[in-house]
Amino acid sequence: MNAIRLLRDDLRPPAPPPRRHLLSVADLTRDDVERLLGTARTFASSLDRELKKLPTLKGRLIVNLFYESSTRTSSSFELAAKRLSADTLNVKSTGSSVDKGESLKDTALTLGAYDPDVIVIRHPQIGAPQLVARATAAHVVNAGDGKHQHPTQALLDLYTLQQELGRLEGLHVAVVGDVLHSRVARSLVQAFALVGIRCTLVGPPALLPRELGAETTSDIGAIRDADVVYVLRMQSERMQAGANYVPSLREYTARWGITPERLQPGQKVMHPGPMNRGVEIDPRVADSVDSLIDKQVRAGLVVRMAVLYDLLTGGPVGVRALAAAEVA
Amino acid sequence: MLWTKERPQADLVIRGARVLDPAEDVDATLDVRIDGGTIAALGERLPANGHRVIDGTGLVLAPAFVDPHVHLRTPGREDEETIASGTAAAAAGGYCAILAMPNTDPVVDSAATLGSLAETARREAEVPVGFLAAITRGQGGEELTEMGELADAGAVAFSDDGVPVRSAGLMRRALQYASVTGRPLALHCEEPTLSRGGHVHEGAVAAELGFAGYPSVGESVMVERDLALAAYEDQPVHLLHLSAAESVAALRRAREAGVRGSAEVTPHHLVLTDDAVRSLDSNVKMNPPLRAERDRAALLDALRDGTIEAVATDHAPHARHEKEAPFEAAPFGVTGLETAFAILHTRLVRPGLLPLGTLLERMSAGPARVFGITPPRVAVGAAANLVLLDLAHTWRVGDEPFRSRSQNSWLLGEELMGAPALTVAAGAVVFER
Repeated sequence: MNAIRLLRDDLRPPAPPPRRHLLSVADLTRDDVERLLGTARTFASSLDRELKKLPTLKGRLIVNLFYESSTRTSSSFELAAKRLSADTLNVKSTGSSVDKGESLKDTALTLGAYDPDVIVIRHPQIGAPQLVARATAAHVVNAGDGKHQHPTQALLDLYTLQQELGRLEGLHVAVVGDVLHSRVARSLVQAFALVGIRCTLVGPPALLPRELGAETTSDIGAIRDADVVYVLRMQSERMQAGANYVPSLREYTARWGITPERLQPGQKVMHPGPMNRGVEIDPRVADSVDSLIDKQVRAGLVVRMAVLYDLLTGGPVGVRALAAAEVA
Repeated sequence: MLWTKERPQADLVIRGARVLDPAEDVDATLDVRIDGGTIAALGERLPANGHRVIDGTGLVLAPAFVDPHVHLRTPGREDEETIASGTAAAAAGGYCAILAMPNTDPVVDSAATLGSLAETARREAEVPVGFLAAITRGQGGEELTEMGELADAGAVAFSDDGVPVRSAGLMRRALQYASVTGRPLALHCEEPTLSRGGHVHEGAVAAELGFAGYPSVGESVMVERDLALAAYEDQPVHLLHLSAAESVAALRRAREAGVRGSAEVTPHHLVLTDDAVRSLDSNVKMNPPLRAERDRAALLDALRDGTIEAVATDHAPHARHEKEAPFEAAPFGVTGLETAFAILHTRLVRPGLLPLGTLLERMSAGPARVFGITPPRVAVGAAANLVLLDLAHTWRVGDEPFRSRSQNSWLLGEELMGAPALTVAAGAVVFER
């Protein structure tokens, strides 16, 4: 019988895995996306079981730090963490020290003192997740920063498209509405480019940013040959009298609202929520069989489970993500 | 008028430096003797006359720099900068004179405020400092300041820098009155209904990152307006911190038509583009914003051919905790006094994009001329305002603490080549490395 021999390196504790973040779709590779969607499918099948909880992230702490109101994103991150047996801590800006004027950096340092494994942050300002990533040792997930990025939304939309249309590459999606103020649109444009989806941005001229690097048009007729019409939320504050992005909400709805008459038979419709029924989307469209909106919400749970799992245990989310986190 | 504290006047001999004064058409290896703060002799193998001798071999001796656009944050934000710390930073950067903007708290809009600044400067300024006064009371854009009295009290020029003069009618009145004061107007050109609080140049980077965009045309329409008014009133105007190619084109056209328009450009607009904003680092947030490569190229061309006469740092110190915020929440502005020459030498002169002589002229005689300051010269009989430059000195920004009270430099961690070894301002040695 061989004696157990200790090698010098055996005495050394294993090196901690490099810290990884999900800050922007721009940091992901196509391989990352495919791996994450695959992981999400695995979790989807586990959710069909009677006992839905998995022990995977037992003992891990996940902080949800929300500076903006949210139903879908905050609830699905919390549920995703719980389904994976992680401990969760939900901090909202209202009712916390943020109300007393605490800076984002100090809030991040305070929460960082509890050694969370992941901080999920939503914040009205661009780059807030990068600041948290610099200030703490946690893995950081961007759950929406200003008009910049909402990467988990884009991932759950890709998941939904793949499940419902059976493929990603070669699809044509028309994204309709207020692109200028939409973080969802910015993440989608990058995500679609990554997987080979053709993207057309449609909306009033003042709400289409110049130089976004995608096809843009103000002609609603351009949605005709899209496989999917992705309707963006019309933010009411952008539509107030005097803002003049469009002359009126009424005129917006008349020209760019998605009605059954404007859709082709079989064309699918998506919306990131929350919807303004009767404004950007006709209620008949929202409730039709071609609407994938509730599928998107379901996808949100499994995709966020996949993201948490991947950051804490899985393969690299992407070399570029690492590099981005380091320079940030 | 410029103010500085009393200092012993230098008796020095600087030996064997390459003396480079483009305005005097001097470029030769010479000794320079300074007697009691005045340049007394230029020549070869000058006797030391018992003076201290500095070996300038391998170094460049040039007229010291003039910065027409600095924020000293005094009064009101002395935690960010004081006259003492800002002028110390200037001395280390090779400057012999700087001009401070009036957007302080309170605004420099009365002779009393200006007088108290002058008194402080006489007590603590390391290099001569001049003050601009506001064009409108409280920079509110409604009523003209008492420009005559302010000029008599020593205001170098007038500016509402930080905010534009929105009303064209009021701008015209200011130009008309400038003929009485004889002081130039220095204009922050921004059409607020087009810039709309934009944080970043409206272009591909803003579109991708989601920032509210401040389009180039938001600057250039105001440049066109102010040049048209200057032409109509036949008065000089100085355009602050130009950033857009369209503004440069407008200035060039106006100058060709005989309008007395001058302009300045900052080191950051000459070196960076909006691509730098992708870092989301609040130390590349400034107003006007960094623009596209074509804008940067147009600014550099204009600096080279003299359409833009001055390099200005727009040195804008900010408290660390205020800059350590998400990009949109952070204040506009970066520091620049201690890095301006080094970065422009490293990025423009060394790669051959800008002759050294041109850079030296635009950092010294150019801005001095615009603001009616006696241009620093390397000439017998001139007051000693000199910088001895070590072009081979390599250093990393931030390794040595800044003299400025603030650290919001866009160059932190950057390796630069070239630095002042000695600065002489108003006849006194104010910096030595």
